[in-house]
Amino acid sequence: MAGVMEQHGFQRFFRQRGVLPGFGLTLGITLAYLGIMVILPFAALMGFVTTGTQGWQVLHEPRVWAAIRLSIGGALIAAFIDAVLGLVTAWVLVRYQFPGRRLLDALVDLPFALPTAVSGIALTTLFAPNGWLGGWLHHLGVQVAYTQVGILVALVFIGVPFVVRAVQPAIEDLDPEWEEAATSLGAGRWATFRRVLFPALWPSVLTGFAMAFARAVGEYGSVIFIAGNLPNRTEIAPLLIVIKLEQYDYHGAAVIATVMLLSSLGVLLAVGALQNWSQPWQKAATA
Amino acid sequence: MASFECVSLDLPDVTGIAMGKNGDVPEGSVQRRARPATWSWTSVALTGIVIVFLGTFLVLPLIVVFVEAFRQGVRVYLAAISDPEALTAIKLTLCVAVMALTINTGFGLAAAWCLGKFRFPGRQLITALIDLPISVSPVVVGLLLVLVYGRHGWLGGFLESHGLRIIFATPGIILATAFVTLPLVARELIPTMEAQGTEQEEAARLLGANGWQVFFYVTLPNIRWALLYGVVLCTARAMGEFGAVSVVSGHIRGLTTTLPLHVEILYNEYRFSAAFAVASLLTLVGLVSLVAKTFLERIAHQQRIGLKHKGA
Repeated sequence: MAGVMEQHGFQRFFRQRGVLPGFGLTLGITLAYLGIMVILPFAALMGFVTTGTQGWQVLHEPRVWAAIRLSIGGALIAAFIDAVLGLVTAWVLVRYQFPGRRLLDALVDLPFALPTAVSGIALTTLFAPNGWLGGWLHHLGVQVAYTQVGILVALVFIGVPFVVRAVQPAIEDLDPEWEEAATSLGAGRWATFRRVLFPALWPSVLTGFAMAFARAVGEYGSVIFIAGNLPNRTEIAPLLIVIKLEQYDYHGAAVIATVMLLSSLGVLLAVGALQNWSQPWQKAATA
Repeated sequence: MASFECVSLDLPDVTGIAMGKNGDVPEGSVQRRARPATWSWTSVALTGIVIVFLGTFLVLPLIVVFVEAFRQGVRVYLAAISDPEALTAIKLTLCVAVMALTINTGFGLAAAWCLGKFRFPGRQLITALIDLPISVSPVVVGLLLVLVYGRHGWLGGFLESHGLRIIFATPGIILATAFVTLPLVARELIPTMEAQGTEQEEAARLLGANGWQVFFYVTLPNIRWALLYGVVLCTARAMGEFGAVSVVSGHIRGLTTTLPLHVEILYNEYRFSAAFAVASLLTLVGLVSLVAKTFLERIAHQQRIGLKHKGA
């Protein structure tokens, strides 16, 4: 059925615009490349998940389950911290003028630009018990590096730009007159934030949250150095995939990877549904 | 306006925006009154939080890299980056980055041409497939390649019997890098090509230009900044990729270690200064890409304004 519709679509399309050349060639290249690079590997993933006799048995291993829980739980907490601090950061960068603002604004993308291995060793050195911040925190009795807190630090670090860059345009679109109107109607600061600003900004905050989460669940390079990698305690799911692969357990690795992919897909879909449900007019506006 | 001022005077100043100031601005020029004329308690506190947050999480790690790199002096630094293993890692990294960049630029141009200039069924699906690699964990990318090309993977046995080795060899590293950077050029080009429409190309075609002439003389000059932007993002990411490359490289010293893997090896051998020296090279690449990004974004912004003025 889909094929038939596609054919009609193609016929109509070719009748309408025959002037520009190269459609067949470029579409062919695109599809061939995507087929080899994206579709074939994902088909192999599905193949390895569904074949084999153990099914999803690997998830019952306590070590695997602990790692998945740590990765998903850590990513949720880190994405939440990013959402709060990212919103504040975006607000300050858009609305306030202070020396160094443009520099900070450009630096927000640093976690994107810095190779993850470099951020990993830099954060570890910074937060190690003898590091600049770690030593200071050590005196307060807080150990960051080689604990779950350290994992959280790395995950917050790599998630920052997702929220800030998602929220910044929304704040730029926000007319300050809304806040003035709220104030002139007698709203205090908190009420203005809760009733006027937050409803306008939270869809973009949610988008940033979901993207930070999706990135954090699978993050590897910046985490493994600071994590300590103790089984059941500070071992993240991606590291367990690496370990399974070293043991040639392709099926087990594929199952863990599928759970990770499904969790990011789940959060992305949930956030999309939440946005559509809460702001039906936005959908109409963008459509 | 005057009455508004009277009301607003006895109210608290929300988010640090001073309202009275606008009284003497003529109506027409009321733009974004975004910048506070006076600093309120809230704005100072929020700015303080942001400076501490970004300072701890972004600025300090950056400083740590360079301080640690030069901790044992310039001589150790130079020795670390001119070490034969480091040099082969640099060579391999550049080679892989150039390969991935070439492949993905070709793909990005092709994808942007068919998706940006034409409407056809299935277009959304292809766009979604192009975006997919961004949200896949680097380690999962490595896993996917092992499942296809590894010894026990779908094609691994067949390729090995023909003497082709992909996993634990350079082709695997190139594939992994190309996968994680796949969308970067295409994503910049597709919206740009779409926004520019097809009128100029159609005109060139009707004036007798052939397909390649249309592309090189009409399309390419129009998309050059977006293309450059995509190339910068792609190169920086390709040189720094760690997780995906780590899974498929096998860490064969002097053969399949890229710069980030070399950093890992040095760090795990407690040669911290050397690790940070090599890391500082990658950091410089990252910083250059940030500067280029800021610069190119400004150009893109100005172009958009220019287009708007032309349209008006």
